[in-house]
Amino acid sequence: MTDKPSFFDEMYGFGETARAPYSAYSSWFNQEDVARLRKKSEQAEAFFRLTGITFNVYGVEEATERLIPFDLVPRIITGREWGILEKGIEQRVRAINSFLHDIYHRQEIVRAGRIPVEMIARNDAFLPQMIGVAPPGNIYTHITGTDLVRTGEDEFYVLEDNARTPSGVSYMLENRETMLHMFPELFSQINVRGVSQYPRSLRRSLSSCRPSICDGPPTLAVLTPGIHNSAYYEHAFLADQMGVELVEGHDLRVVDGRVAMRTTRGYKPIDVLYRRVDDDFLDPMTFNPDSVLGVPGIMDVYRAGGITIANAPGTGIADDKAIYSYMPEIVEFYTGEQPILKNVPTWRCSEPDAFKYVLEHLEELVVKEVHGSGGYGMLVGPAASKKEIADFRAKLETKPGNYIAQPTLSLSTVPILTKAGLAPRHVDLRPFALASPGGVEIIPGGLTRVALKKGSLVVNSSQGGGTKDTWVLED
Amino acid sequence: MLGKTAGGIFWMLRYMERSENTARMIDAGLRISLTRSSAADSEWSSILQATGVASQYFAQHDKIDGQKVINFLLRDQTNDGSVMANVEWARTNARMVRTALTKEVWEAVNECWMVLKSQLSKPVKQQDLPEILSSIRQRTAYVRGSLHGSMVRNDIYDFARMGTFFERADNAARVLDVKYYILLPSIMHVGTVSDNVQWETILRATSSVRAYQSLHDGEFDPRKIARFLILDKRLPRSLAFCYHKIQANLAYLAEDYGERRECHKMVDQICHKFDHSTIDQIFEYGLHEFVTDFLSESHALGRQIERDYRFYE
Repeated sequence: MTDKPSFFDEMYGFGETARAPYSAYSSWFNQEDVARLRKKSEQAEAFFRLTGITFNVYGVEEATERLIPFDLVPRIITGREWGILEKGIEQRVRAINSFLHDIYHRQEIVRAGRIPVEMIARNDAFLPQMIGVAPPGNIYTHITGTDLVRTGEDEFYVLEDNARTPSGVSYMLENRETMLHMFPELFSQINVRGVSQYPRSLRRSLSSCRPSICDGPPTLAVLTPGIHNSAYYEHAFLADQMGVELVEGHDLRVVDGRVAMRTTRGYKPIDVLYRRVDDDFLDPMTFNPDSVLGVPGIMDVYRAGGITIANAPGTGIADDKAIYSYMPEIVEFYTGEQPILKNVPTWRCSEPDAFKYVLEHLEELVVKEVHGSGGYGMLVGPAASKKEIADFRAKLETKPGNYIAQPTLSLSTVPILTKAGLAPRHVDLRPFALASPGGVEIIPGGLTRVALKKGSLVVNSSQGGGTKDTWVLED
Repeated sequence: MLGKTAGGIFWMLRYMERSENTARMIDAGLRISLTRSSAADSEWSSILQATGVASQYFAQHDKIDGQKVINFLLRDQTNDGSVMANVEWARTNARMVRTALTKEVWEAVNECWMVLKSQLSKPVKQQDLPEILSSIRQRTAYVRGSLHGSMVRNDIYDFARMGTFFERADNAARVLDVKYYILLPSIMHVGTVSDNVQWETILRATSSVRAYQSLHDGEFDPRKIARFLILDKRLPRSLAFCYHKIQANLAYLAEDYGERRECHKMVDQICHKFDHSTIDQIFEYGLHEFVTDFLSESHALGRQIERDYRFYE
C-alpha cells in the first residue's frame, strides 16, 4: 500500500476538533490535568486488583493472575448510532436462532440451496446430538456477544457473532462502576444510559426459558470450569449478581432424571443452567469422554426436557467463521429483510476462485482460521513481514478450506491516555444481547476493547489489549 | 447452599485463623528469645511442634536458628503450613466460594493476601518482624470484622464461625499438647522464675496473658492456667468457649434445617465433658491424655460435619 491509511477517530473524526458526541467530554478533559488523570488510572488499577478482576494466563508460571489494562477515556456512541446497532443486532440474533432451529430440524436453508450442504455436514461445530432437539422456549442463543467494528461516521461492520459462551460482560459492568466511582462529575454533566440492569435482565431472560417440567420459580445456576479458568472472575461475578449458585461439574449429578446440585440439605434439581463450559466438555457420556468439567448424563436430561442449557449445545455452527460469510443470506432467508448491519466481505478459501485471489493478495488481507479464536492463528497482511507471509502461505496451501480472508479494515480509533496525553488506538465493540421468548434485549453499551500498542489492530486481552467504558448517550 | 461452599467457607476461616495463630506463636517465641535467650531454642522447637511443621523444618535445616524458624513459619515455600501458605489457601477458598461472601469479606481476604504477599516477598529481617506480625493480626482481624459486620446470619455464617472456632480450639489444644509437662505438678521446683516464664509463654501463644492476669490477681499458677485455657468460658480462646460456640452454631443449623444430625450428638458429648469436669478431675485423669482425647474427638467431629453437610461427594 502506497497511501498512508487514515483512520476515523471517534473523538476527532478526521479533524482536530471533537465530534459532537464527545464535545462535553472534550471540554471536561481539556480542563483536567494529565498527571491527575494518570493518578486516577493507578487508582483504577488498585481497585481492579482489590476486587479481583483478573484473568488467568494459561501456561505462564509467574503472575498467573493479570489485570486487563483499563483506559479511562470513554468510548462514546450517540443514541442515534446505538438505535441502528440495536436494530441490527436484534435482527441478527433472531436470524441466528431461526437458523439454528432450522439446521437442527428440517434444514430448509440447505434445501433452498442458500448454503451448501457440506458447510453443515462437514463442520465440526455442527452437533448431530442436537438434531431434532427442541430447546425450551425455542431459544438457542440466550446470550450473544456481537463483535462490531467501525470504519467511518456511519460505517459499522459485524466482525463476528459470538453465539457460544461470549465473555466480557463483567468488564462492561465493572468498567462503568469504576468510572462512576472515579468521575461522578462527568455523569452528572453527560447523560449516559445505564448498564447495571444486566444481571437482573439476564436472570429474567434465563428464567423465562425454563423447561416445562418446572412449575414454580426456576432454580438457576452458573456452571464454571473452576477457579483456574481465565474467565472465572466473570462466572463468579454473574452468579453473585444474579443471586444464584456457582457450580462446577463435581457439584452436579443426574438424580431422578434431573440435573441436581449437591447442597448441604441434599440434592436440589436445577432448571436453567447458564454454562460457561464448552460443548466438548459438557457431558463426558456424549462428548469428550475425558472431561471432568461437565456432568455425565446431562445431555440425556436435556433431550428429555429436564433442563435448559444456556446457550444451547451446538450453537457454534452459527458463529463459525465459514458460516459467517453466509450471514447476509441467513438474515434475509429467515427475516425476509435486508441485513441492517454489514458483514465484512469475506473470501472463502475453500472456493478455488476466492483462494486464488487470496493467494495473490496476501499482503493486503487479514486471513483467519475458520475455527480460531482469541486473535491467534491469523495473518494481518499489511503488518506482517515477508517471512511471516511466506510461512502463512505454506500453511494456507496445505489446507485452504481451513481459512477465510477479509480486507484489512481501517478500524476506527478512540484516544487513550498516555504519558504524553491523548493518543489514538484501534478499538472494537462487543454489545451483549439477551434472547428469550419475550424478545431480544440489548444492553446499551458493551465491551470496548482497545489495542494499546500504536498501530496495532489486535485488541484481544490475551495479546495485550485493554478495555474502555462504553457510553451510549441519552439523545 | 452448596456442600462445596459450606466446606470452602469453613476452611477459608480455618486457614485465616491458623495464619493468625502462627503469628501469635512467633510473637511468643520472639519474646522469649529477647528476654531469655538460653530458653529460646527449646521454645522455637515447641512452636515448630505446636504448628505441626517440625519435621518439615528439620528436612531443611539441621538445627534450630531463631531467624530461620521465623522465616520458615512465615514464608518458606517448602512449608505448606506457613502464614503465607495459609493465607493463600484462605484466598483460594474465598475465590471458590466468592458468591457466598459479601464484597467486604472478599476484599478483606484479598487485601490480606495482597499486603502479606508483598510484605513476605523477601526474607524477613528481625527489625521488620514486629510490623509484619502486627500486620498479620490486623489483616486477619479485618476479615473477621467484615464477616461479623456484613454477612447475613444464615447457614453460610454458621459454617464460617465453626471454621474459626475449630481451628482456634485445635490451636490451643496443640499448644497444651506440646507444653503440658510444664503445667504438671512438680516437687522439684515450684514457682521458680523459669517456670513463670514458661507458663507465661503458654498464655502468650494464645494471646491470653492480660486476660489471665486481670482475672487471677496476676499470679501465675499452672493449675489456674490450665483451667483458664481449657474450661473458662470467658476466654475467647479456651477450649470450652470455642466448643460452646461450635455447639451453638450447629444448633442454629439444626434449627434452620429442621433436623439434627450425627454431628449434633458428638458436639453435645464433647461439651458435656467441659461442663462437668473440674480441673482437678482433668489432672487426675491426666492432662496430656485429656488433651490427646480432645484432639481426636475434635478431629472426628470435623469429619462428621463434612459428611453430614456434604462438603465432598
